Amino acid sequence: MATAIRNDADEPRGPAQALREFTDDWAGDQETFRHVHWGKAMMWIFLLSDTFIFSSFLVSYMTMRTSVTAPWPNASEVFALTIGGQSIPLILIAIMTFVLISSSGTMAMAVNFGYRRRRGPTAALMVATALFGATFVSMQAFEWTKLIREGVRPWTNPFGAEQFGACFFMITGFHGLHVSVGVIMLLIVASRVLRGHFDRSGDYSAVEIAGLYWHFVDLVWVFIFAFFYLW
Amino acid sequence: MTHDATSHAHPHLAPAPAPVLADADHAGHAPPADHATHPIGVYLKIWGYLFVLSTLSYLVDFFHVQGAARWLLILTFMLLKAGLIVAIFMHMAWERMALIYAILVPPLALGTLILLMWIEADYVFWTRILFLGGGE
Repeated sequence: MATAIRNDADEPRGPAQALREFTDDWAGDQETFRHVHWGKAMMWIFLLSDTFIFSSFLVSYMTMRTSVTAPWPNASEVFALTIGGQSIPLILIAIMTFVLISSSGTMAMAVNFGYRRRRGPTAALMVATALFGATFVSMQAFEWTKLIREGVRPWTNPFGAEQFGACFFMITGFHGLHVSVGVIMLLIVASRVLRGHFDRSGDYSAVEIAGLYWHFVDLVWVFIFAFFYLW
Repeated sequence: MTHDATSHAHPHLAPAPAPVLADADHAGHAPPADHATHPIGVYLKIWGYLFVLSTLSYLVDFFHVQGAARWLLILTFMLLKAGLIVAIFMHMAWERMALIYAILVPPLALGTLILLMWIEADYVFWTRILFLGGGE
């Protein structure tokens, strides 16, 4: 009897098999979140942790801004652009907001087409989403350049409280990094869609998981827009 | 608006006497969300709402609304936008109760952090004003 059991254990198994068993043993979430793709559950949990990271940034920004005695720079004026000889407050940020919302719209439709197994529209909408994302990052790079030329640094700026620069670069920089990573991820998944990868596996969940991440990036911007630019 | 979207999205729920979405999930007989059943129009509609809400929050700044009204408007538009994105775009409205609570309940702890840091920041501000010559 004992040998019979040991025979089973002694069978040569590679690291790949051992890893598969390891993940099988630990993948208890499949039981908790029934009918939820494991990747989707994991993405949601990652996004939950990311929520806490961005919240920490925003809360520390609130703490700095509330405790500082020097006047806080007026975002409405700092982020104004002169178009046609007229200064329009916050216009670049407003356009960036609309670009990011549009990217969320195309992404939501890409997920829908993915589940209909329409390869062409899915990939096209994902590429459109990535283009909107790249546009957003470019506009952010423009904004950073403008502010740096005006003398805004993490430790000083010509408009008021010194903490403004640190908050601005940290919060928008971390968000911009998320957008950039998202663009790369969208392009990778879109190319897999085009090549029929998910038709062979019969599982289009990767599109929805990438979509969750992308919508989260848009969601974070909603809060940054309200607290950093409109406060 | 949300109810409208769900009735479009879930034709199989239509015969039931207008079930509340959360109850349907909780009862456990709701099948996993079939994303292919959502018509594209739902997303276009939400897209439109998000555009309108963003425009409104921009106009709050444009017309220099100040004080309590500014905060009320900004936070209202922010929460509506966040709700639409999470519920419809991220499909949270059609997820099972276990996942919804696992994701949406932990961030409530942030309220405590915000409150404590608000009190602390106020304390630091007055310390700077009263004892540090305005922090200069």
